[in-house]
Amino acid sequence: MRALRIIVCIKQVPHPDEAKVDPETGLVIRDGVPMVLNPNDYFAIEESLRLKETGGGEGVAMTMGPPAAEAVLREAISLGVDDGVLLCHRSFAGADTLATAYALARGIECLGGYDLVLTGSRSTDGETGQVGPQIAEFLGIPHAAELIRPVEVEGDHLLAWHQTDYGQELLQMPLPALLTVAKGMNEPRLPSLRGKMRAKKQAITVWGPEEIKADPDRIGLAGSPTRMLETTLPARKTRSKMLEGSLAEQVAALLHELADMLPGKAGGRP
Amino acid sequence: MKEVWVYAESEGGRLHPVVSELLGEGRRLAERIGGSLGAVLASSHASLAEELALWADRVYVIQDQSPYTDEWQGQALARLIEAYQPGIVLFGGTRRGKSLAPRVAARLRTGLIADCTSLRLDDGGLLLAELPTFGGRLLTTIACPGHRPQMATLAPGAFAPGPKGSGGEIINCPWAAPEVRAVEVVAQEPLPEEDRPLMGAEIVIAGGRGIGSRANFALLEEVASLLGAAVGASRAAVDAGWVEPEGLIGQTGVIVRPRLYIACGISGATQHVVGMQRSEVIVAVNKDPKAPIFDLATYGVVGDCRQFLLELKRHLAPSRPVDEENEGEND
Ligand SMILES: Cc1cc2nc3c(=O)[nH]c(=O)nc-3n(C[C@H](O)[C@H](O)[C@H](O)COP(=O)(O)OP(=O)(O)OC[C@H]3O[C@@H](n4cnc5c(N)ncnc54)[C@H](O)[C@@H]3O)c2cc1C
Ligand SMILES: Nc1ncnc2c1ncn2[C@@H]1O[C@H](COP(=O)(O)O)[C@@H](O)[C@H]1O
Repeated sequence: MRALRIIVCIKQVPHPDEAKVDPETGLVIRDGVPMVLNPNDYFAIEESLRLKETGGGEGVAMTMGPPAAEAVLREAISLGVDDGVLLCHRSFAGADTLATAYALARGIECLGGYDLVLTGSRSTDGETGQVGPQIAEFLGIPHAAELIRPVEVEGDHLLAWHQTDYGQELLQMPLPALLTVAKGMNEPRLPSLRGKMRAKKQAITVWGPEEIKADPDRIGLAGSPTRMLETTLPARKTRSKMLEGSLAEQVAALLHELADMLPGKAGGRP
Repeated sequence: MKEVWVYAESEGGRLHPVVSELLGEGRRLAERIGGSLGAVLASSHASLAEELALWADRVYVIQDQSPYTDEWQGQALARLIEAYQPGIVLFGGTRRGKSLAPRVAARLRTGLIADCTSLRLDDGGLLLAELPTFGGRLLTTIACPGHRPQMATLAPGAFAPGPKGSGGEIINCPWAAPEVRAVEVVAQEPLPEEDRPLMGAEIVIAGGRGIGSRANFALLEEVASLLGAAVGASRAAVDAGWVEPEGLIGQTGVIVRPRLYIACGISGATQHVVGMQRSEVIVAVNKDPKAPIFDLATYGVVGDCRQFLLELKRHLAPSRPVDEENEGEND
């Protein structure tokens, strides 16, 4: 294994279990919801640390978000990532996946060389899983989605097992490449005390659109082709027919109701 | 611009089941805008192009023997889209669709709307795509007003297949396949052939945390085979290790719309509900009469799901007497 420069893209998201929807208005209640590192991104961080431990090299965590998103970079550093880069400016706000991926790709290109980009498989708030493949397209590098086994690096290419709809597949890809890391492919570690100390002190690089030489028409809301038009509450169906009596009686009644849907003998013996 | 395209995902000479759903929805949209329906196929299996021509007005074939990679098919698709300029391009929200479509959209610098469960068109032909967000607690409508094509991935199982067309034209596009390939497929380990795949199943019986144990889940599987049903699960049952993740139904799993869905020991969390609410008939079995699943069930059974399964088994396999003490666990 050789030393790699690995970029891990991570995202700060509202705590998945605590974001609530107002059942009357259908609006999302964000007040007081704690912000956390996107759960899937821990697996990407862990794979970057494992690669660094086997072959040496360096890991850089990058996120695009508000000033508070710095917290997820510090968390990555506490786990063992070397540096953090925060893409932060009002003009980045309102980005859809295309504008997010464009900004991250610009940021990565301004880092002065890289061998591998890792992302989570999807975020719990964006939930599209699109950002990883789109970063790869903007960087002009190949990608594989849903890495399921540790990567092997041989010379100027890597070998990656990933999950497909039809099974598992081993790809040989030239470096640099991008991999989205499947949930559960490894066991993310906990931060060490030394890591936590370092995370507190470490300087974080903050870049705006000028530092990454971004085209202002391609970032934030201006660079986002998609528009959210409305949110509504899903319609609830009417209350069901509750069957009555003992369990045996309920099952008999059920089989009677379902008689024409079930195979052969089901309806037969009430 | 008047054409609606669907990406006809295939592997090993077979179309993915989601393709019939894409063709169905694609046809509906094409009729609304007074346009035609195109299907893009990257396969050298001539029979697939002929099959697609039964449904689509035009089948664009990228003839290529190489194994699929996102890299080359992304380039090939983008070239085709630039050449023919369809107004709408739909992909299945399969692993492949969700890996390929983002690259194509980025290459064309257009928008891509993910995991749609319903599509409409406004009077100006703008695609209004609806998808569940916040774990299914909300429905969000997204559009791509200023960029073309309008692209979306459609949640598998959420759309109905449509009627056949009047026999389409097959267009071979050899020039669409790029020459440079950097990624190579070195090895493949196919999934074992599933006995009763979830998607497309007529009957699905699913278990949740209330099933209680691996042994009880085995009882559910036994009942499923008596019913000829596919086995599904909630996240809680998958996390407990009683069933493989392939069985997960819901927001992070598959969407099913069988004729009959039986939910055993599932509370009805919105993340689960988005995956099964379109089932024709829903039976819910839960010991808690206030469980939210009863709000959308057609028939509700209040009681212990293990007892329910034993009772059901007794009816379905009446010849073999059931020894209750040896069936599953009571915990
Ligand atoms: C981002 C995100 C994505 C998610 N995606 C999914 C998804 O795709 N699919 C999914 O399913 N979940 C998903 N979840 C999890 C979801 O929120 C619920 O936690 C999950 O569906 C609960 O599963 P359950 O109904 O089996 O368990 P529980 O909610 O614990 O319900 C168990 C039910 O069983 C009943 N019960 C208990 N014992 C018995 C008995 N002996 N007999 C009969 N009934 C009994 C109880 O009354 C209860 O109603 C997601 C969550 C998040 C945060
Ligand atoms: N704003 C962001 N900053 C850094 N990485 C991101 C951002 N948004 C998405 N990602 C990465 O892309 C992955 C997929 O996100 P999504 O497409 O939103 O589901 C995440 O797991 C992150 O690794």
